[in-house]
Amino acid sequence: MSEKLVFDAPEIMIDRPTHYCPGCHHGVAHRLVGEVLTEMGLVDDTLCVGSIGCSVFIYNYLDVDAVEAPHGRAPAVATGLKRAHKDKFVFTYQGDGDLASIGLAEIVHAANRGEKISVVFVNNTVYGMTGGQMAPTTLVGQKATTCPDGRCAEEHGQAIRMSEIIGGLGGTAYCERVSLDSVKNIRRAKKALRKAFEMQVNGTGFGFVEMLSACPTNWKMDPIAANTRIKEEMIPYFPLGVFKDVTKDGEE
Amino acid sequence: MSEKKRIFIKGNEAISRGALAAGCTCYFGYPITPQNDIPEFLSTEMAAVNNGEFVQAESEVAAANMLLGAAAGGARAMTTSSSPGVSLMQEAISYMAGSELPGVIVNVNRGGPGLGDIGSSQGDYFQSTRGGGHGDYRTLVLAPGTCQEGYDMMIEAFDLAFKYRNPVLVLADAIVGQMKEPVTPWEPKAADNHGAEDWCIDGAKGREKRLLKSLFLEDGALAGQNRNLQSKYEAMQAEARADVFECDDAELVVVAFGSIGRIVKSTVRRLRSEGKKVGLVRPLTLYPFPSEVLRDLAKQGKRFLTIEQNCGQMVDDVRLSVRGIADSEFHGHMPGDLPGSDDFLAPIIKHLED
Repeated sequence: MSEKLVFDAPEIMIDRPTHYCPGCHHGVAHRLVGEVLTEMGLVDDTLCVGSIGCSVFIYNYLDVDAVEAPHGRAPAVATGLKRAHKDKFVFTYQGDGDLASIGLAEIVHAANRGEKISVVFVNNTVYGMTGGQMAPTTLVGQKATTCPDGRCAEEHGQAIRMSEIIGGLGGTAYCERVSLDSVKNIRRAKKALRKAFEMQVNGTGFGFVEMLSACPTNWKMDPIAANTRIKEEMIPYFPLGVFKDVTKDGEE
Repeated sequence: MSEKKRIFIKGNEAISRGALAAGCTCYFGYPITPQNDIPEFLSTEMAAVNNGEFVQAESEVAAANMLLGAAAGGARAMTTSSSPGVSLMQEAISYMAGSELPGVIVNVNRGGPGLGDIGSSQGDYFQSTRGGGHGDYRTLVLAPGTCQEGYDMMIEAFDLAFKYRNPVLVLADAIVGQMKEPVTPWEPKAADNHGAEDWCIDGAKGREKRLLKSLFLEDGALAGQNRNLQSKYEAMQAEARADVFECDDAELVVVAFGSIGRIVKSTVRRLRSEGKKVGLVRPLTLYPFPSEVLRDLAKQGKRFLTIEQNCGQMVDDVRLSVRGIADSEFHGHMPGDLPGSDDFLAPIIKHLED
């Protein structure tokens, strides 16, 4: 009796135990990035800019050159790196606290300059690594450790919709919001990543993919309930879709 | 006779031209007075002369992080600013020190604290020489006192940055940045990046992947990294330099840096012409501090007077240098007021005659 391999990971994925919690979507997002980089033949030319949060350890899972950026500054670090190495593929991987709060200026201006970089934005509506504090993306009514009674619009403001902002900037070439809650949506997410990455490779410009993701630990839910929450609470507020594509409408 | 052409330019332009001569290919900056001549000059010349990149960043925070990114790629990169802006850069400078990335940061020091003024000051001595951001780290610090030194020290700064894989600060001030002097441009030998191709990230084709980071969570890892950094800072001590002027028979040695050191030199010359036994030590590197020079003078029984355009910062390093043997008096010229060489006559004579 022999074993038959029916599903494998691309070589770029480093085979090691994950530090992510059960049901966390970072593993799925990492894998999608790894698959697309592999399929596009970019592995040897990729420079990864990590950020601060749970995904600071992305460099433990992807077998590519990497640099660690200060909190929120990945788009600025990527700008410097890409300007120094125009022929390389440069991407940032950032969470919602990192990108939509402390790093808001850096992401908006990198996009507006039309830097030839790609941004993977993982939005799980909470600060994960620090233990579940309110994020700029926390939904009104959602409980977090710094808003235990739920986010209050009058006091805390409302969840910020990043894809709508980035999609509205002149320098953005591609911007799409996807979700990792179902097989169908994960397939769509991979296509979006590929599209955004292609925009960098062919010199079109700045690509941005927002991935609605689960954080079962800080949401205090099991993974299945977390997926249901994405579908029933997050997607209605953060609509999926393409917010900008300069290759449409004959703009390219 | 070599035909070296002199040009009449501002210190800010000398700094810019020195960076280009050093082979700098990436500039990131944000407008702030009194250093705006630098980004204005490099906005066209970076591409024209070095086929390089110029980015006007959205903030000093972003500019310094762009510097971090370009440095990670092994590029000769720089940013420039003035005091309030350099405060904002400290985050990235700390990360660069922790990740051992080379880069050049120019501070055209203006008055503080807070918004201060746009005049000259040496108030950022502590921030420059004590790391400036969080954690146990140091940056090399060069202190030009003339436009020519502004040019020369940029070339030196890039070499030191790559030699030690460390940020290098060029601490100029509004006087050096804004005055015009004859400068003799020169081209250094081909840039030596001291093996940057062996650590920079440029795609892992045919080699193991590389990781540049300042996070060390494993047991003992951060202690090990801090030991590495401390031994590097120890090795840097060999770079300490000072301009030693008329000290051989001096009874009183004045210690002053940057443009103030230059002005004090005029005062010392005048006092020498009157037969007064006074000398000057002008540190050219502020970190490492030229402690040995001062200690040797202290052993000869000399007395010290530190003069700065601040409320007393470098004087701490002078005292540490001569500790156990001598001490240093202090004369501070308040930032916000432009001194002339006459302003230093009375304090020097007072301490000479004490």
